[in-house]
Amino acid sequence: MNNSVVNTGRVLGAALRMLLVLTVITGIAYPLAVTGVAQGLLPDQANGSIVRVEGKDVGSALVGQTWNIDGTDEPDPMWFQPRPSNSDYDPLATGSGQLGASDAVLTRTVADRKKAVAAFNGVPASEVPKDAVTGSGSAIDPHISPAYAHLQVQRIAEANGLTARQVTALVQRHTEGRTAGFLGQPHVNVLRLNLALKNLATG
Amino acid sequence: MSPVLADVLQVSALVVALALVHRPLGDHMAAVFSSGKHLRVEKWIYRAVGANPNADMRWPAYMRAVLAFSAVSVLFLYLLMRVQDRLPLSLGFDAISPDQAFNTAVSFTSNTNWQSYAGESAMSHLTQTGGLAVQNFASAAAGIAVAIALVRGFARSRTGELGNFWADLVRGVVRILIPISVIAAVLLVATGAIQNFAGVHEITTLTGQTQSISPGAVASQEAIKDLGTNGGGYFNANSSHPFENPNGFSNLLTIFLLLVIPFSLPRTFGTMVGSVKQGYAIVAVMASVWFVGVVLVTWIEYAHPGSASQLAGGAMEGKEQRFGEGSSSLFAVSTTMTSTGSVNSFHDSYSGLSGGVLLLGMMLGEIAPGGVGSGLYGMLIMAVIAVFVAGLMVGRTPEYLGKKIGTREIKLAACSLLVTPALVLTGTALAMATGNGESSMTNTGAHGFSEVLYAYTSASNNNGSAFAGFTADTAYHNTALGLCMALGRFLPMVFVLALAGSLAEQRPVPAGAGTLRTEKPLFSGLLIGTIMIITGLTFFPALALGPLAEGLAA
Repeated sequence: MNNSVVNTGRVLGAALRMLLVLTVITGIAYPLAVTGVAQGLLPDQANGSIVRVEGKDVGSALVGQTWNIDGTDEPDPMWFQPRPSNSDYDPLATGSGQLGASDAVLTRTVADRKKAVAAFNGVPASEVPKDAVTGSGSAIDPHISPAYAHLQVQRIAEANGLTARQVTALVQRHTEGRTAGFLGQPHVNVLRLNLALKNLATG
Repeated sequence: MSPVLADVLQVSALVVALALVHRPLGDHMAAVFSSGKHLRVEKWIYRAVGANPNADMRWPAYMRAVLAFSAVSVLFLYLLMRVQDRLPLSLGFDAISPDQAFNTAVSFTSNTNWQSYAGESAMSHLTQTGGLAVQNFASAAAGIAVAIALVRGFARSRTGELGNFWADLVRGVVRILIPISVIAAVLLVATGAIQNFAGVHEITTLTGQTQSISPGAVASQEAIKDLGTNGGGYFNANSSHPFENPNGFSNLLTIFLLLVIPFSLPRTFGTMVGSVKQGYAIVAVMASVWFVGVVLVTWIEYAHPGSASQLAGGAMEGKEQRFGEGSSSLFAVSTTMTSTGSVNSFHDSYSGLSGGVLLLGMMLGEIAPGGVGSGLYGMLIMAVIAVFVAGLMVGRTPEYLGKKIGTREIKLAACSLLVTPALVLTGTALAMATGNGESSMTNTGAHGFSEVLYAYTSASNNNGSAFAGFTADTAYHNTALGLCMALGRFLPMVFVLALAGSLAEQRPVPAGAGTLRTEKPLFSGLLIGTIMIITGLTFFPALALGPLAEGLAA
């Protein structure tokens, strides 16, 4: 056998062994070590920030949900409604609709959503905020804008037999500002808001 | 606080953090790659592998080691995906098809992380952490190693020896990537990123619906995905997924991670060639281009041109409420100007002109600041070209850092420079001519063409982000994009290493009165001009057909 074949074989052998060693270190030891630390120090976050009501898991604070009338695709007027989703909030099919900002189909969809949100909440279409008519990136956005939450107050109050002032106070309590005051933008967690609403309505 | 003020503060905080860290990290990296000592764990690795870390390699040997390691990695990943259904932790997923397995194997080995699959519904725990995440470390360290070899080419004289690839690879992983990743991963978990090996968690919501909450060792992969400018998300939604990127702090941390090594390597370069000012001239170019991109995209997204955005009252399609336009634009520019390709919002839904800036960021060759390692060697190739252009203007033999840029050097630099434009333009043209481009479009008209152009630009430049409406999982695109990624990564590496070898053999020429001072602002300006003219002339026609046509019509 000539020299270069032997040499190439030797290099490939070293490469394979190097890959296996790196697999043990970065593919097994590293994720296990991080998992160990995470599960030890921060188990809530590491397991998905699960929200429990009376001992039962009802969702994740970081994963949005649909709030429809049971067994239908119709939004339930009792609950605060989330943003439009490309996958009906299925966490196993994340990602957005991918249509361009000047796309004709997306423009029609936005127009339809705007009309629907305005009618559902009994407000003029000009008051509907942008997040209420645009699909999120993840399709499981857990948040809405404070403006969209306030837009829903009147309907929520009527459907739950509460006063608008009570519901407005609820929204204000659940409005989270920018992280550290300047990162990202203000938002309201829909699941937490609806849980508080449920307590208020039944309490 | 007004959104604009918040965004100004955010960019300022990022710049300050990078400025504070670049010096210790850059010096640390220079020390790591100059040290003669081996850590105990490294000695153990060398023994297990059977490699001699003290044997200096000339460029052909260095190149053979890089290519052998990458080839073995592609093969290993390919096999892992083909049999994942028969291995533990499969989550019940099927084996990956041959063309998609080829595409993905090349993608992760070439530091691209283009994904024609959706992670949460295709890849097993074992494939993700034991296969793909390993390449997040290995491909990043290989990129750094090649950059360091080129720096040694400038720093060394009359030897031709460029160091030892195995030692450079192992040190990059052990002393740079792992320590930072561990800290970043724990910080990410603290913000809410998940880190478990559980199964899918079925819950019943208050309205009686069942919802499947995804599991995964996400934070650990997230940290190296961004630190190594890889970009392959655990989930299809990538960093827009709340389990990968839960809040404004994790978002800024992620952006910091993907910029920190590329912006620190010029310091390493300056230290190793004996003049940190040379490094600052390079970093000034990188930072200027990046900053202009950030301002442009942020401004356009707030202005939200485009009929759908105009009607909605803002460009929030494909963006998350917790981030908004500002934090999304900052992320988008940073990810396309490095070779990262992770996204916290979907570029396909950006306005036509912003999409054009993002495309241009990749077309520049990802050098502002570029991928880990690849950004530095890409920029140094541009610097060699700029020095050559300046030499032509004054009529003397160009030199850079005391090394003559002669016929051989300029040929190698030019070859390296030409690879990706050739791949992008012929790849896009072939896809369009064969009808495979059109059949994969989600959008129509100019924006549909942009989807195809973006795919081939992203793959050839090893970025990995997409105008994700593009249907990538076809046998044609899996194969063609796979080839683009492989050639776009390894051909320039070969030319860069050959150039490094040629430089290292030279004896240094002392600087004279006529030497171009490459540590001065004048040179930085010349370098920016060179980059813009080369990229502009190459890509302007293609950009005019896609994003410019769309943007000007809006």
